[in-house]
Amino acid sequence: MAEPMKIRAQLQGNVADVKVLMNHPMETGNRKDAKTGQMIPLHFIRQVTASLNGAVVYEVQWSQAISKNPYLGFRLRGVKAGDRLSVAWLDNTGDKNAVETVIVSN
Amino acid sequence: MDKMRRKVLRSFGGTAILAAGAVLLQPLEALAIDWKTAAYGAKNNADALKGLGYGDPASSADIVIKAPDIAENGSVVPLEVVSNIPGTEAIAIMVDKNPSPMVGEFIFSSHVDPYVSTRIKMGETSAVRVFVKAGGKTYTATREVKVTIGGCGG
Repeated sequence: MAEPMKIRAQLQGNVADVKVLMNHPMETGNRKDAKTGQMIPLHFIRQVTASLNGAVVYEVQWSQAISKNPYLGFRLRGVKAGDRLSVAWLDNTGDKNAVETVIVSN
Repeated sequence: MDKMRRKVLRSFGGTAILAAGAVLLQPLEALAIDWKTAAYGAKNNADALKGLGYGDPASSADIVIKAPDIAENGSVVPLEVVSNIPGTEAIAIMVDKNPSPMVGEFIFSSHVDPYVSTRIKMGETSAVRVFVKAGGKTYTATREVKVTIGGCGG
């Protein structure tokens, strides 16, 4: 159900600048469906984790106040070309998605 | 807390049966973090802060909040936060005037710089309030963002 995530990690020395774009409606539960008049239920990514070579290094918890199609930028330190970076999310319905990339030299 | 975890695991179990492939390879424990329900359900900053388990905050000039002075679209407000406080463990973000102030919490290991870049929803002109947990203490800074068209829905 979930669409592919996009990830970009640019290495400078031993620091990687990471940008992730996720695909998710991030519904606040306050919006009405124009056609049916029904409230669209709360549906949002609740947590995001980033793992380096299989170990979790970053834990993020979100509310429905993060924008639709969430963007997350962060900086990894002490990394090198060849390190595996994966980012995974889990939403309030139990749906999930993940993306993995290998850090490459600039 | 436990009830929450069981609920998350149960709902994940339902999805796993329908999903296929790589999704099943990750152990459940690696995915289900204890989402701080009390903080996210809070309707004011003080309750949210308590729900996070943060202490009484002291103002700090070492927290940098970068956001537009005026956000044309409250649904997508770009936000960058940097903590220059040594030993920063986590950054929490709230929007005072949102229906529920809590926006997110970012918890760093030594491999991740205390820097956050994301996009948030703001219902109306409000202070964006940042809390930093560092060395057993809590610090805070705010930045006012004017919102032209509110972004929380309705």
